[in-house]
Amino acid sequence: MAILATDIEAMIRQAFPNAEVRVQGNDGAHFAAEVVDASFAGMNRVQQQRAVYAALKGKMDGPAGELHALALTTRAPG
Amino acid sequence: MTDAKTRIDEAVKGADVVLFMKGTRDTPQCGFSSRVAGVLNFMGIPYSDVNVLADEEIRQGIKEYSDWPTIPQLYVKGEFVGGCDIITEMTLSGELDTLLEKNGVTFDKAAADKIREANG
Repeated sequence: MAILATDIEAMIRQAFPNAEVRVQGNDGAHFAAEVVDASFAGMNRVQQQRAVYAALKGKMDGPAGELHALALTTRAPG
Repeated sequence: MTDAKTRIDEAVKGADVVLFMKGTRDTPQCGFSSRVAGVLNFMGIPYSDVNVLADEEIRQGIKEYSDWPTIPQLYVKGEFVGGCDIITEMTLSGELDTLLEKNGVTFDKAAADKIREANG
């Protein structure tokens, strides 16, 4: 099952309603996402990206993972 | 502790720098693994590589161990540092150099600067 960039964006927005979210990619498996959210302030990159991965739970690389690869950039605004 | 977790624990603590990757340092099987192994090789960082494709238990187990869903995964002195995007950012910002220096890991500083010049 392929996944769409808009699906990924919707899942991220659900978890981070006030974030700036940009998702690129259209091959159904490889995407690049940038998430800028105030809640990331004070978190290191691993913590920030874990939070985004949590929003995409079940969709990432694994036996049932539709989303093979997500190049992720996260930061707090400003 | 499960058998897989024990083996992962041993691998993580078995060297100062450990890379869990798809394929091996000389024959990576995925672009993301290839990019990180390429950076470590180029910077002359001594590290041990664990090919998760050779062991399904480790491939799944490492994701739970680190609470991180993707591979590659880099560990320095037993601590999870990040995946491909984080390592790329840290290499370009110089944070990786700082982390290695802080942990007493030798590497070729000139090579690291070369990566930054080429991508600056």
